[in-house]
Amino acid sequence: MGKFKRQFLAGPYLVWIIGFILLPVLMILYYALTNSGGNFTLANVLAIGAPIHRKALFLSLKLAFLCTAICLVLSYPLAMVLNNLRNKYQNLIVFIFILPMWMNFMLRILAWKMLLSNNGVINTVLGFFGIPSLDILNTPTAVVFCMVYDFLPFMILPIYNSMARIGRDVIEAAKDLGAGNPAVFFKIILPLTLSGVVSGIIMVFVPALTSFAISDLLGGGKVLLIGNVIEQAFMQEYNWNLGSGLSIVLMIFVIASMALMSAHDKEGGGAGVW
Amino acid sequence: MKRKFLLAVGLFAALALSGCGGGSDSENTLTVLNYGKYLDPAAIQMFEEETGIKVEYEEYITPENMYTKYKAGSIDYDLICTSDYMIEKLIKEGEVLETDFKQLSNIENLDPSYFTFSQAFDPENKYAMPYFFGTVGILYNKNMVDAADMESWDCLWNEKYSGQIIMADSVRDSFMAALKYKGYSLNTTDESQLLEAQEILINQKPLVYSYLVDEAQDEMIAENAALALVYSGEAGYAIEQNENLAYSVPKEGSNMWIDSWFIPKTCKHKENAEKFMDFLCRTDVTSLNFEYVYYATPNKAFVDSLEPEVQNNTTVFPPTEILENCEILKSLEDSATAKYNELWKELKSTD
Repeated sequence: MGKFKRQFLAGPYLVWIIGFILLPVLMILYYALTNSGGNFTLANVLAIGAPIHRKALFLSLKLAFLCTAICLVLSYPLAMVLNNLRNKYQNLIVFIFILPMWMNFMLRILAWKMLLSNNGVINTVLGFFGIPSLDILNTPTAVVFCMVYDFLPFMILPIYNSMARIGRDVIEAAKDLGAGNPAVFFKIILPLTLSGVVSGIIMVFVPALTSFAISDLLGGGKVLLIGNVIEQAFMQEYNWNLGSGLSIVLMIFVIASMALMSAHDKEGGGAGVW
Repeated sequence: MKRKFLLAVGLFAALALSGCGGGSDSENTLTVLNYGKYLDPAAIQMFEEETGIKVEYEEYITPENMYTKYKAGSIDYDLICTSDYMIEKLIKEGEVLETDFKQLSNIENLDPSYFTFSQAFDPENKYAMPYFFGTVGILYNKNMVDAADMESWDCLWNEKYSGQIIMADSVRDSFMAALKYKGYSLNTTDESQLLEAQEILINQKPLVYSYLVDEAQDEMIAENAALALVYSGEAGYAIEQNENLAYSVPKEGSNMWIDSWFIPKTCKHKENAEKFMDFLCRTDVTSLNFEYVYYATPNKAFVDSLEPEVQNNTTVFPPTEILENCEILKSLEDSATAKYNELWKELKSTD
């Protein structure tokens, strides 16, 4: 009885899952596998093979990999430095990293657009010092840059969390047993933070892969990612079947990357935020 | 663009809720769907106060977005404002209800010649009431370009302006410029002509700073680019904000567009919709909306009351000889629309 009652508390969430996750996914599946006349077809899913769509998908994958790699390279050393600071400084710096996330991410992208534009603050300052202007707005560089800016906290936090959980005694014990700094890093710290790295990678890679708003705003309509192709199919072409078919393909990529990552994260460890 | 994103989110939310959404038929309301920033909110408040009708007001970005929103069917719209070719498409699909415009007490304020223009998509003037009209042309910065170059669409392909050109992030508008430059009709469905237009648009891509819709005017005001393909109303607004800007309709001809109000099949409050249309024809209401939108209005009674200086502003009020050189966009067959979309997507994915 008690158990039943407790399960009952999950009711609202269940309604949420069914209404906002399960039903929409089923609808996408239905649209993906039918044509405009409602007959079964695989054409919408196979449309990913069309040169334009393939190109957009590859570009998305490329930018997402690049973004994830940059985030990782920036975050790991930062997390280590952070972890060695005194506690009160640690909290302050983590707070500073989270602070921008309190602001809507669209606003932050728009702000970057202003900063990077031809007559923006950055180019005005560069021009003042006689440095050639930075023409990265409306290019893939600007898109990757902004993705990194946006998703960096999602990489830092899980890595930092997993690092903070390593007890000082573990490291001291290793040193007592004669391990040098490199050995401590490769044998102790790296394996113990791997779960954080894995969740960081997923939390950055997945939104980077599926993003369309950033490329829309900072790509100036010249960077066509698979997310933009899907958005266009839904909003401009009124071709929900094609949009759904391509969404399914993208979902497969997302699920595959998550499965691949969690296979490397057997112990789980719960360092992840998701 | 940001609104486009919100719209996408809103659309999916609306879809998810479509099962629960019930019509409030018995209430004295009016559900209106209009372009973004295309009606002074003060006018809505005025209408509500005068009639006691509660207005539910919704906005969209492009006619294609409107079509998606309307077809999604989660909201029963009573009155919609959109552009010529989209109205034609909806009329063909039987989605538009007839309105007897003669019944509207203020309809005489409108210049009948704009009903004549509307016959391009509404041959018997049974469906659409003109709201604003204008042209598509080039908004340029006098300090950054040679004004003489702006007389022809050629300026969009001029290497001099590399990296300073803003094109429209919309299929029909961008193709329009290319087709007109080549001397073809902007409603062509001839494949070789379309391929030619696509080719020159692809060649143009390295010169293009960005493809934008709503933000083009802001970028021009901020002087981030030298020239942009825009609607005359946007140009009028931008010139108000930055006096270095000017507007030109190239000599090869361009697109004349008319945005009109119509009552869709989903209408539940036809009487209120007609009251609103009539309300919009009043000169005081037109004045509010004109000041807010700054596009050319067909309301002759209002235009006559304007200062001659404003009446002679050719950016806002296109002279007849320019209008005669312009074509109205026609709705295309589904197969032709698909062709345009395909060519456009290829163009967008080219490096």
